[in-house]
Amino acid sequence: MNNIYINTKNNDIEPDEDVKSSSGRGWAKLKRNKAALMGGIFLLIYIGCALGAPILFRGDPSAPNLMDSLSPPCAKYFLGTDELGRSILGRILYGSRVSLMIAVGVVGVGLLFGVPIGLISGYYRGKTDFIIQRFTDMMLAFPGFLLALALVAILGVGLENTVISIGISMVPLYIRLVRGCVLTIREEVYVKAARAIGTKDRHIILRHILPNVLAPITVQTSLGMGTAILFAAGLGFLGIGVQPPTPEWGSMLGSARAYMMGKPHVATFPGIAIFLAVLSFNLLGDGLRDAFDPRSKI
Amino acid sequence: MLNFLLKRLLAIIPVLLGITLLLFFMLRMLPGDPAQVLAGQMASPADVEIIRVQMGLDKPVYIQYASFLNRLVHLDLGVSARTQNPVIEEIWAKLPNTVLLALCAITLACAFGIPAGVIAAVRPYSWVDYLVTIASLFGISMPVFWLGIMLMIVFSITLQWLPAGGIGTWKHLVLPSVTLAAFVVAFIARMTRSCMLEVLSQDYVTTARSKGLKEKAIIIKHALKNALIPIITVVGLQFGLLLGGAVLTETVFAWPGLGRLIVDSILARDYAMIQGSILIFGLLYTLVNLVVDLTYAFVDPRIRYE
Repeated sequence: MNNIYINTKNNDIEPDEDVKSSSGRGWAKLKRNKAALMGGIFLLIYIGCALGAPILFRGDPSAPNLMDSLSPPCAKYFLGTDELGRSILGRILYGSRVSLMIAVGVVGVGLLFGVPIGLISGYYRGKTDFIIQRFTDMMLAFPGFLLALALVAILGVGLENTVISIGISMVPLYIRLVRGCVLTIREEVYVKAARAIGTKDRHIILRHILPNVLAPITVQTSLGMGTAILFAAGLGFLGIGVQPPTPEWGSMLGSARAYMMGKPHVATFPGIAIFLAVLSFNLLGDGLRDAFDPRSKI
Repeated sequence: MLNFLLKRLLAIIPVLLGITLLLFFMLRMLPGDPAQVLAGQMASPADVEIIRVQMGLDKPVYIQYASFLNRLVHLDLGVSARTQNPVIEEIWAKLPNTVLLALCAITLACAFGIPAGVIAAVRPYSWVDYLVTIASLFGISMPVFWLGIMLMIVFSITLQWLPAGGIGTWKHLVLPSVTLAAFVVAFIARMTRSCMLEVLSQDYVTTARSKGLKEKAIIIKHALKNALIPIITVVGLQFGLLLGGAVLTETVFAWPGLGRLIVDSILARDYAMIQGSILIFGLLYTLVNLVVDLTYAFVDPRIRYE
């Protein structure tokens, strides 16, 4: 990377904070960050919708009701209905469960493979590192969304395959991120000291290195969830993601395309849902980065 | 300079090999017989047999890979199971459309993103800065295909200013480019802002100010020039996002490009075509990264001597 360093002139750290620990300072900074706070509130609402969908909307969000098809927003249907007469509000609420599941699953896959491989790659260096890095090069030669597309082409459509495809496409990002951090941390005095007194590698990696990589991993996880929702919605929109009748925001938009001439509401609301969900993760991720990982830039 | 160029060119060989390896094994990861997969579900046993012999699928894997590379070098990407046309011909016909769309989008994104980032950085924590920050956050969070649909509803269906889809005149290009650019402009603006903020606090900027230089000259000649390297890096990286976004944008606007071709091929399980178009996307991305590396050397002469 190019010369990245903390520029003290631009940092708005107040003098009284110098006495706090760095993580305490981070939390204090996060709490003062209004954007991150808003992201957190949005996120809570989003999780609330996902968990409380059966309470907030009674009935089956996938059951067609052709009598009321393509109804505009009204008292009975707050956000109108789609081409099969299903409540858009109900489908958005249940769709939040699907998208949240995807986001958690995708990041889970990314962390599960990316973090251990990144730790090993950065800690042991040498041949292992070389092979792992060439492999990540190979995966990063494709833009993320296209890699996910290629994987879907192999694995097939559906919820699970959407999660696996997008998850795998994110693994190289986690490997790179973790490895990069480990390379600097492994040269720190405390790691050298631990090695000098004969601490086992596993212990050093898990107890001394991993805790210091957690901040960038947390930031990446928050931003990664936003990306996962966008990617999954994209796949759903193209018709190769989660399949109907499962309420999924992207596929809702995909089928709404045919009716946008006279019924723009069908396409408008699922898009707003995607936007708000992604925005909440991005706001929170930005706030987390400013607070805990101020050296990175975008 | 020549040395630098040569080194960079050599460095992409392993990447290219990696791309081909990944694609080669992609087909073999599918359940079933690769020859049947490539020929498509409708193919007769005789057709399958022809493909098997043609691709040497009865031979050991490393020979198969070698023959795969050999065919790639001769631009033979196989035959589409859907249209029965050679894959390379179909790709060749669609590629210019995608490149045109991507270039328009990236030009638009730079034209708006870099000035927006500079303005935000020059007046940090002012209303302009907040506006740019919020707008770029919105841009990053917005699904590109939804933005496309919304623009279409407003400008094509309601106002009827621009065509809703297809290709032909410059008017057809406006909505797809804007949609695709919106996605990338946000990243460029954010990166420009943070790089400019860093550069503007450097000693040489203070020196330039104390010499009494005009603020405009300081910002453009001294600051922006030094902030360009990371900005170019981001533009290059965003090109990957742009290609991914192109798949969605092309679908929204029925733009006959490579992205649309991939989606149609996936839906039709036309694996020769999927393989070919993903390969071309990979090559395109690698090429852009190479161009980015070479631009570094022009923007910052120090890089050449490293």
